[in-house]
Amino acid sequence: MMNILLHISAVIIAVSILIALYRVAKGPSMPDRVIALDMIGINLISLVAVVSLILETTAFFEVMLLLGILAFIGTVAFSKFIEKGVVIERKRD
Amino acid sequence: MLTALHFAIIAPFIAAVFVPFLYKKFSYIHTGWFVLAVPTLLFLYFLQYLPITANKQTVTAVLDWVPSLGIHFSAHVDGLGLLFALLITGIGMLVVLYSIYYLSKEKEALYNFYTFLLMFMGAMLGVVLSDNLIVLYTFWEITSLSSFLLISYWYEREKSRYGALKSMLITVMGGFAMLVGFVMLYSMTGTFSIQEIIASADDITSHNLFIPAMLVILLGAFTKSAQFPFHIWLPDAMEAPTPVSAYLHSATMVKAGIYLVARLSPVFAISGEWLWLVAGFGLTTLFWGSFSAVRQTDLKGILAFSTVSQLGMILSMLGVGAAAIHFDSMEDNLYVGATTAALFHLINHATFKGSLFMMVGIVDHETGTRDIRRLGGLMTVMPITFTIAVIGSFSMAGLPPFNGFLSKEMFFTAMVDITSFHLFNIDNIGIVFPVVAWIASIFTFIYSMMLVFKTFTGKMQPEKLDVKPHEAPFGMLLSPIVLISLVIVFGFFPNILSYSVIEPAMASILPSLLGEGEQFYVDIYFWHGWTIELFMTMGVIGIGTLLYLSLRKWVAMYQVFPDTLTLNHVYDQTIVGVERMSSRLTGSYMTGFIRDYLLYIFSFFAAALIFVLFNKNAFSIEADLAPISLYEVILAIVLVSTAFVVMFTKSRLKAIIGLGVLGYTIALFFVIFRAPDLALTQLIIETVSVALFLLCFYHLPHISKELEKVRFRLGNLIISIAVGVTVTLIGITANSSRLFESISGFFPEASYDEAGGKNMVNVILVDFRGFDTLLEILVLGIAAFGIYTMIKLRLAGRNEL
Repeated sequence: MMNILLHISAVIIAVSILIALYRVAKGPSMPDRVIALDMIGINLISLVAVVSLILETTAFFEVMLLLGILAFIGTVAFSKFIEKGVVIERKRD
Repeated sequence: MLTALHFAIIAPFIAAVFVPFLYKKFSYIHTGWFVLAVPTLLFLYFLQYLPITANKQTVTAVLDWVPSLGIHFSAHVDGLGLLFALLITGIGMLVVLYSIYYLSKEKEALYNFYTFLLMFMGAMLGVVLSDNLIVLYTFWEITSLSSFLLISYWYEREKSRYGALKSMLITVMGGFAMLVGFVMLYSMTGTFSIQEIIASADDITSHNLFIPAMLVILLGAFTKSAQFPFHIWLPDAMEAPTPVSAYLHSATMVKAGIYLVARLSPVFAISGEWLWLVAGFGLTTLFWGSFSAVRQTDLKGILAFSTVSQLGMILSMLGVGAAAIHFDSMEDNLYVGATTAALFHLINHATFKGSLFMMVGIVDHETGTRDIRRLGGLMTVMPITFTIAVIGSFSMAGLPPFNGFLSKEMFFTAMVDITSFHLFNIDNIGIVFPVVAWIASIFTFIYSMMLVFKTFTGKMQPEKLDVKPHEAPFGMLLSPIVLISLVIVFGFFPNILSYSVIEPAMASILPSLLGEGEQFYVDIYFWHGWTIELFMTMGVIGIGTLLYLSLRKWVAMYQVFPDTLTLNHVYDQTIVGVERMSSRLTGSYMTGFIRDYLLYIFSFFAAALIFVLFNKNAFSIEADLAPISLYEVILAIVLVSTAFVVMFTKSRLKAIIGLGVLGYTIALFFVIFRAPDLALTQLIIETVSVALFLLCFYHLPHISKELEKVRFRLGNLIISIAVGVTVTLIGITANSSRLFESISGFFPEASYDEAGGKNMVNVILVDFRGFDTLLEILVLGIAAFGIYTMIKLRLAGRNEL
């Protein structure tokens, strides 16, 4: 029973990734895509969590943490890029 | 071990090393005097071997060079080798003496000249005295090389360089062909030793490689000996100093090919093709050389074509002489005479042609020109030179009482005898041989007469000459006088050569004919009786005189041939054409576009692998594959659709983001295929590389955010699909055809028991296969340094950053 539920939730998460992917492809504006990417990242975290339950392993917990960090950094970097055109600003001297 | 014989062969090379020192140290003495000692001593040394070879003894001395490959520096002295060695050292001696007076001590770079000349002399001795084919080839190439250097001695002249390059190209081409032939001989007989190959000659006649080996070796011999159609380098080699022409291009190097033919006759002569090729090419060359000589106006040009023609004559006699092998008994064996004649004429030609070249050199030296249209009437001014010219030319024309007459008579005998030859269908068209030989002799007569009478008789034209002509100094005349006296001595007493030199040499060429204690009958007489040869000679003199006197009327005939049909034109066009064609060919595929090169690489990759896959019938799909889960399907759909987005998007940014999605999806695949370490690494690396892509995207100039429409090219589509299909098919095949169990069963237990780690992947990375990891770290380090250097180190515009 539990197992079936897990599978169903995994499929739902996967479908939501696909939908977010559509947004990435379609746009229309750059912030739309970045938000969609961020959402894919978060969905990936939950998917990895569900998969870990299905596989009954703790080996992927680091992956979840890492995804969280990367999704955050990526979104911030993209936002900065959209706003200022650069990711890392040079020191003004 | 190193014997005196080996030392004699390499002595010129050793002496060559000291030439520049002597030149510098004793600049007040002409360097030639020091050099003169080398050939003189060698000549005296080789004279000692005369009694040995006359008794049918041979001397062999072996020095190991590369024994594991069967290559030994083995010197072998027999009749044939000794004949050539004496020619090389004897004429070398006279040429060095002549060059001392010919080349000015002040104006010329004498150290170059004598170094090259000694190098050539040593190489030539090596060619004729080597018993090992590879060593022979080595010396053979050194003769080509030193000849190249000597022809271009006056390298500031355009024509010298042209002539040197031409002779180099042609002779080295032949040399390479010959090497191939030698290797074939080795693969047939298993030895590089000529004597051993001759001993096993009977076994290889039916071998598949026998005819190809013969053809390529003959190509080498023909190019070296300037046989038709490879004779074209010899007239252009006349740009060399005259002593060089006299030595290399009349007496020694051009006879290396003849030496080779004579040396390998016992191996190949049993076949009819050998006879046909050698005699046929020799006769063609004889005719064409003498025919072309008549149109020349340059004295050395005449002599060059005359050399070509005489070499053809010697070769044709050797070819006919090979027929002797088919008759066992010595009695009534007419063809032995042809070989005798070939060897006799070889010696004669060296004597009279050497003296004629020296004579031309004297005329050139004393009048400043070699053009027969500007010369004339020198008889009274230069009486000694005139005498030399008369004797040399008359001997060349085949007039009695000089030695040329004897060899010409013997040549006619050989050519007439061939009509009664009943092997290889030769009696049908054999009549062509004596007729062509006779016509060629008429032309020989004409140009010999031109040589004498156009130069020395008629009216002197002092206004056309740069200097006032006068007789040459005695030292310069000495060498041609010695040679010309040899012409007379051999003419009157030919038998001093017969049993001392010629007969032992014949024993080397036709070894199978001699039984125990037998010897060839080689007596040479002036008077044969009223034979057909005598009438042929009379005809030559009669018709030749008539034609010479009417030369002005028919010389225009030579203009009939268009220049585009000459062999020189063919050669020049080939050189230009090959160069143009290859540059066009290279230009057609080396476009400079990386796209094109990738196209070649990918199409070759796909074509070759698919061909091999199906040609070897290797494609297979295993039946029991792992079950496919729903997640894998979904992830695969994500992967494929993202890939399509990347391919067809118009926005660069979208493409970069799409790539990022791809990378993350792959990380997810790692998750569901249970590879946590890979998933971690993949995620970080993907993030970093997307960031780098964005960096590039931002910094590259002239690239807009929006792409122009990606142009569709059918070729690209086909190749990309082909590559994809190839990789897929090979992946499936590789997965389906496992030959043995994987070794992965070893690691799960061993990683804890032996390495003390539970994470198997990490244990493999740092314990079992730590060496790879080390080098991967190195790669990353190099990449980091590289990036740093590329950014910081800008040699141009350093201050910009």
